[in-house]
Amino acid sequence: MWAILSILVENKPGILFKVTHLFRARNFNIDSISVGITENPDYSKMTITTYGDEKQIDQVVKQLDKMIDTVQVERLDELKTVFRELCLFKIKLSNANDSMEVNKLANAYGGKVHDVKSDSLMVELSATPEQIKAFEELAKPFGIIDVARTGVAALQRSGA
Amino acid sequence: MSKMETMTGAKALMTAMEKEGVKQVFGLPGGANLPMYDEFARCDIRHILVRHEQSAAHMADGFGRVSRKPGVCFATSGPGATNILTGIATAQADSAPMIAVTGQVPVNMIGKDAFQESDIIGMANPVVKYAFQPRSAAEIPEVVKKGFFIAESGRPGPVLIDIPKDVQTNEAQMDFPDEFKIQGYHPWADPDVVNVERAIDMLLHAEKPIILAGGGTIISSAFAELQAVAETLMLPVVSTFKGKGAFPENHPLSLGPIGMHGHAEANKMMAEADCVLAIGTRFSDRSVGTFEAFEKRLKIIHMDVDPAEIGKNQSAQIAVVGDVKVNLRVMVKLLLQKAIKKTDETPWIKHVKETKAYWKENLKLHPGEMGAAKILRKLRELLPKESLITTEVGQHQMWASLFYDVIQPGTFFSSTGLGTMGWGFPAALGAKVAKPDVPVVDIAGDGSFSMTENSLATAVLEDIPVIVFVLNNSTLGMVAQWQRTFYDRRMIGVEQHGCPDYVKLAESYGAQGIRAQSMDELDKAIKNALSSDVATVIDIPIDPEEDVLPFVAPGTSLSDMILPS
Repeated sequence: MWAILSILVENKPGILFKVTHLFRARNFNIDSISVGITENPDYSKMTITTYGDEKQIDQVVKQLDKMIDTVQVERLDELKTVFRELCLFKIKLSNANDSMEVNKLANAYGGKVHDVKSDSLMVELSATPEQIKAFEELAKPFGIIDVARTGVAALQRSGA
Repeated sequence: MSKMETMTGAKALMTAMEKEGVKQVFGLPGGANLPMYDEFARCDIRHILVRHEQSAAHMADGFGRVSRKPGVCFATSGPGATNILTGIATAQADSAPMIAVTGQVPVNMIGKDAFQESDIIGMANPVVKYAFQPRSAAEIPEVVKKGFFIAESGRPGPVLIDIPKDVQTNEAQMDFPDEFKIQGYHPWADPDVVNVERAIDMLLHAEKPIILAGGGTIISSAFAELQAVAETLMLPVVSTFKGKGAFPENHPLSLGPIGMHGHAEANKMMAEADCVLAIGTRFSDRSVGTFEAFEKRLKIIHMDVDPAEIGKNQSAQIAVVGDVKVNLRVMVKLLLQKAIKKTDETPWIKHVKETKAYWKENLKLHPGEMGAAKILRKLRELLPKESLITTEVGQHQMWASLFYDVIQPGTFFSSTGLGTMGWGFPAALGAKVAKPDVPVVDIAGDGSFSMTENSLATAVLEDIPVIVFVLNNSTLGMVAQWQRTFYDRRMIGVEQHGCPDYVKLAESYGAQGIRAQSMDELDKAIKNALSSDVATVIDIPIDPEEDVLPFVAPGTSLSDMILPS
């Protein structure tokens, strides 16, 4: 199963190392990670997506909570959370039609188009990992030259 | 109100440690910690010099386990720091309170691969409870205060303080705070009355209930509470190896440790029980064998101070998170209030007592005069009950578990989690420093003692008279046993060839060395060592073919013991 963990940590050097090290040492996997400072500069927020069975995810949350540098560790409920990942795709254009087709595809996923060249263009997508995966599948036939992803950022919905 | 004072970082370190009640430091100086060492000339803290930094950490560990206050060890940067790492990892694996202070290259040299630079913060991270690297002198008082609090509270553990040399020498206005805040650290303190009540209910409804006492029972010294619960509910008590001696082993309800080399009666009864009150244990593989077999038919009540231990190795029906002494005390109170008091007439208790009696009569022991059981029972017979025992790691350690009965709770210590050979002797020295008035004996094997035998210099020069009790089979005996059992007797890399001669070795350090080759000689040697004012090594040659039995092979269940044939 997939889980989104939101981890509030003290904004000090070396903490990203400790968190990622905990995943390695305890035999857990990091699927994606995004880190940024919060509205209070004393804290950073890490959003980590991971997978494992219920027992493993319960254990990783407890181990993260046990870490002295973590202030708050939350497992977010997907249904009560807004979560997005920013993704850039560089896509190959082989003939005159491709540009229009890729543009249509990008539009369908709420993407923006950048850096249009005769033989390639870039699509910026902010979506859920599932949507990004679906887009990727549809873009594959054109030829994906390169991809860069940020990892998931997530916030719980108000009142949820 | 704290008063501000100007001083160097090194002086602030020593002042802060004095405020924490530190009386001695085990360590070894080097270039990067000299400013701290210079302060020993100007403070009341005793310095105890070691011959290898690993031993300094084990001494601090032994001191910490016995006194339940963090032991302090010092090492220099680079190799000094990496040498101390095994000792830190050992303390972490066994939840022992410790403060390790390392010197570091000056701040502006960090990351330049300077002489004797090692990234000890990066290396130590997985094996410390917490690590600090103050980058300015003014941080030191608070770092020390927080460090001691973290090391000794909740589930204890080692804390590393890595201090760059210029941070030691720089002066600053020092504020020694009485209060501080660590936002992400909240050791559980409150009792969990609701779950303790549920636990009592479950135990009362079980047919074959049992207590499994882990190391946490000893760490929180919940001895009286454990005994009160066991006697009131008439529960037989087994322990993990780390929990050995949490409950008096001469008590009629005591069955001794379970596990790979557990007592036969303990493993049998654990395997038959239908409900276990597991106190301060992480259900290590060495204790429970396979987890699947362990949880079959078994209802588990798990008490532990560390919430991350609940469900890590073993899921529990009832979890009671918090200090085990606090929660056991709640249990005792509730039992009193409810006027619950069981008698010993249940079929289960009768069966337990019969099983215990059977194995007392029928466990086959080594037939020779100098068999491990006879040797360790002789030691038990002659030692006062308050004596402290440490062990090395190997066959002798498991024989100690099987044949040396702990009568006064909390007097037996061993490297159980990491299984660090060489731990016992320096830990014995630390234990003796913590309690100078009781005899301290390191039950050792020749292979393990070899690893830190140069601590004899510390024992002699610092006047710390402990006894090293070497069961000498001139072999890495436990490895040899596995090679005999699982590798068709192909003995590779285990022979010690009687080298060194431990009597001469002891004498060369100025310690006393005695060889005991008969029970009569052993009797005299132990009495001699107990009255000696210098450290004594008793070298006891034993049969290299003697195995530790019973033996639960790795990956099998407690009921599948290999027994002596």
